[in-house]
Amino acid sequence: MAEQALSNENMVAEGFSGIAQDWSDEKQAFQVPWGKAMMWIFLLSDTFIFSCFLTGYMHVRMNTTIAWPNPSEVFALTVFGAHIPLILIAIMTFILISSSGTMAMAVNFGYRKNRKVTAALIAATALFGLSFVGMQAFEWSKLIEEGVRPWGNPMGAAQFGSAFFMITGFHGMHVSIGVIYLSIIAFKVYRGDYDKKDNYEAVEIAGLYWHFVDLVWVFIFAFFYLW
Amino acid sequence: MAYVALADREPELSHPHSFITKYIWSQDHKVIAIQYGLTAIAVGVVALILSVMMRLQLGFPDSFSLISPSEYYQFVTMHGMIMVIYLLTALFLGGFGNYLIPLMVGARDMVFPYLNMLSYWVYLLSVIILMASFFVTGGPTGAGWTLYPPQAIMFGTPGVEAGIVLMLASLAVFIVAFTMGGLNYVTTVLQARTHGMTLMRMPLSVWGIFTATVLGLLAFPALLVSAIMMTFDRLLGTSFFMPAIVSMGEQSAYDGGSPILFQHLFWFFGHPEVYIVALPAFGIVSDLLSTHARKNIFGYRMMVWAIVGIGGLSFIVWAHHMYVSGMNPYFGFFFATTTLIIAIPTAIKVYNWVLTLWQGNIHLTVPMLFAIGFIFTFVHGGLTGIFLGNVVVDLPLSDTYFVIAHFHMVMGVSPILVVFGAIYHWYPKMTGRMYNERLGQTHFWMTFLGTYAIYLPMHYLGFLGVPRRYFAYEGIEFIPESAQDLNAAITIAAIFVAFTQIIFFANMIWSLFKGKKAGSNPWGSTSLEWQTPNTPPIHGNWGDELPKVYRWAYDYSVPGAEKDFIPQNTPPSDKAPETNT
Repeated sequence: MAEQALSNENMVAEGFSGIAQDWSDEKQAFQVPWGKAMMWIFLLSDTFIFSCFLTGYMHVRMNTTIAWPNPSEVFALTVFGAHIPLILIAIMTFILISSSGTMAMAVNFGYRKNRKVTAALIAATALFGLSFVGMQAFEWSKLIEEGVRPWGNPMGAAQFGSAFFMITGFHGMHVSIGVIYLSIIAFKVYRGDYDKKDNYEAVEIAGLYWHFVDLVWVFIFAFFYLW
Repeated sequence: MAYVALADREPELSHPHSFITKYIWSQDHKVIAIQYGLTAIAVGVVALILSVMMRLQLGFPDSFSLISPSEYYQFVTMHGMIMVIYLLTALFLGGFGNYLIPLMVGARDMVFPYLNMLSYWVYLLSVIILMASFFVTGGPTGAGWTLYPPQAIMFGTPGVEAGIVLMLASLAVFIVAFTMGGLNYVTTVLQARTHGMTLMRMPLSVWGIFTATVLGLLAFPALLVSAIMMTFDRLLGTSFFMPAIVSMGEQSAYDGGSPILFQHLFWFFGHPEVYIVALPAFGIVSDLLSTHARKNIFGYRMMVWAIVGIGGLSFIVWAHHMYVSGMNPYFGFFFATTTLIIAIPTAIKVYNWVLTLWQGNIHLTVPMLFAIGFIFTFVHGGLTGIFLGNVVVDLPLSDTYFVIAHFHMVMGVSPILVVFGAIYHWYPKMTGRMYNERLGQTHFWMTFLGTYAIYLPMHYLGFLGVPRRYFAYEGIEFIPESAQDLNAAITIAAIFVAFTQIIFFANMIWSLFKGKKAGSNPWGSTSLEWQTPNTPPIHGNWGDELPKVYRWAYDYSVPGAEKDFIPQNTPPSDKAPETNT
């Protein structure tokens, strides 16, 4: 990308005048491929979806007539005799953030046209994602066993279960789609599709999606589990 | 290897051969546009018939027993939802957006044609789901187009059995379809323009459609989320929107939810939605006025910034729909202020339209008539909007026919007039044939005067306090007898307008086969879609080479020029002097 940018005579100014130049240019407003621009716009739209979910959840939480259950107790696990609050969520968060690391490395190796390492790193990212979804399934089944349902739970306000299943479910769906998406990209990288095109931008586009899903989790973690 | 700018890379177009891939599973934006348009108009006709049924009941409550009170609610709901979302949003963005964006910015197609095709088929699915609700137990939902809980999902509301679920599902599917299309439109405008086409050289139609699409991508998420939450309330028994309620002497299973939350989410979508419908109309009408007045649009840059400004402001006015919902009064103050600020960019647009006409060489063609008609209806509906934007004026007028008159004027009649104007304007390009002028003129005058006859009296009904969404008004003391006469007159006008549309359809179908050959640029228009090598444009739009743009889209009646218009792709020369844009 750097060589391309340097040889492009249009890219001269920096800072605000650079932005103005890009936007008043012919043909395109951003010096990026179509797919990447589209992914950014989609993620902006998706941001609004998650914002609405979280704002709605916060409004509901502040307006319940019955007290909200204490998340650090609900999500505590007893491991080897020790009662640790939020331990599973902490592991899940750690795994998801690590997966962003492997994804970023995959993008880097992609631009170096290192086919095998890129494919391996994307596959690793997908595996991290899969383990995240697996742990979420464990978390769900544990709560369901304890009697938490979308319409009610023994710990307190019924909206706790409703918001929990809805928001983590919607996020989990994003992760699952991401796992499938990354597996396809990993397969295509391994098969050499992008070597033929001499263009690994699809890896970066998938990376954008994955980082977004990761970032959203940070907000869910903060607003749902830590509040 | 020499660097090839990304926009110079030739996109890979599909090259269909069979009839099915050319006209049914087509990836060509023009075919998709026409599919979108025809589907939207077809559901629009359904909604029109529903409104006639409702008007018959309101105008002559004792003479017809066509519909029951429950059906009245159901028809109100379906009429509103279809008109706003499945007709106007789909037609402006899916229809005109698809057709015009690539042609006007000089692209061969949308950036992702396959996704674009998928968008139409998913839209069709959402329409089918919506229509299916007419045939399920209990019929379609009768919750009103705003679908306010708790009544939308409480037993006693018509369609609570299955209709509401199908409505919410259909909306969710529509949003998926819109997102797939919308991403395409935005990316195409931003990234796939032709050589020389800067953003500030784009016709205002593209600006309007582009900004509306951005609004859609940011506003529809709120509707999606509220639809999901309400589906859960209805199917899983969650209580997001449902407070504790005693219904028919029994406490419902719901407890602790917040109906106001739904209203906030809904109107966070709902108000931008008004501008999703209005902005494309603003843009298209600017082009129609300029072309048919043979004069450049007055204040092009201001027009662009007004569109963008209205789009931005539309996200911070939503709660003016909720003055009577029981909000903190300071909220009302804030939202009234932002609402009234919107009047400024809107007024800029109206003045600029009028100033475009000023001393123009006005050709009263059919599209021009519709465009001028739009200015009237829009100013009319806009002014009543200023009434309703003020909290103290809104409180007595809320939920009366004044509101009905206001929003039908401003986002019903006005955009529909532009839709008609736009169809007449681009018909020669889409079909290669001219419509029948006399039928078109008749259609305009009957529609324009007819809609005024419908909605002007409704303002008076509103002042009398006649409430909206009532099946019949017998025995309400404060409503004088004469209000019923007015209602009967409105109904007659409504039926008249509904039947007038037969002229339009007859004209379109007749002209398709028997219309005069139009030639490639019958209006002498400057924008790129009229400069295509073939009319109607073929797959790929531009033949071997993409057009090069040298000027803005409004070089009409340039002094010293050979003709009274200079197409955007004409290089500067003595006969086509350069203009300062």
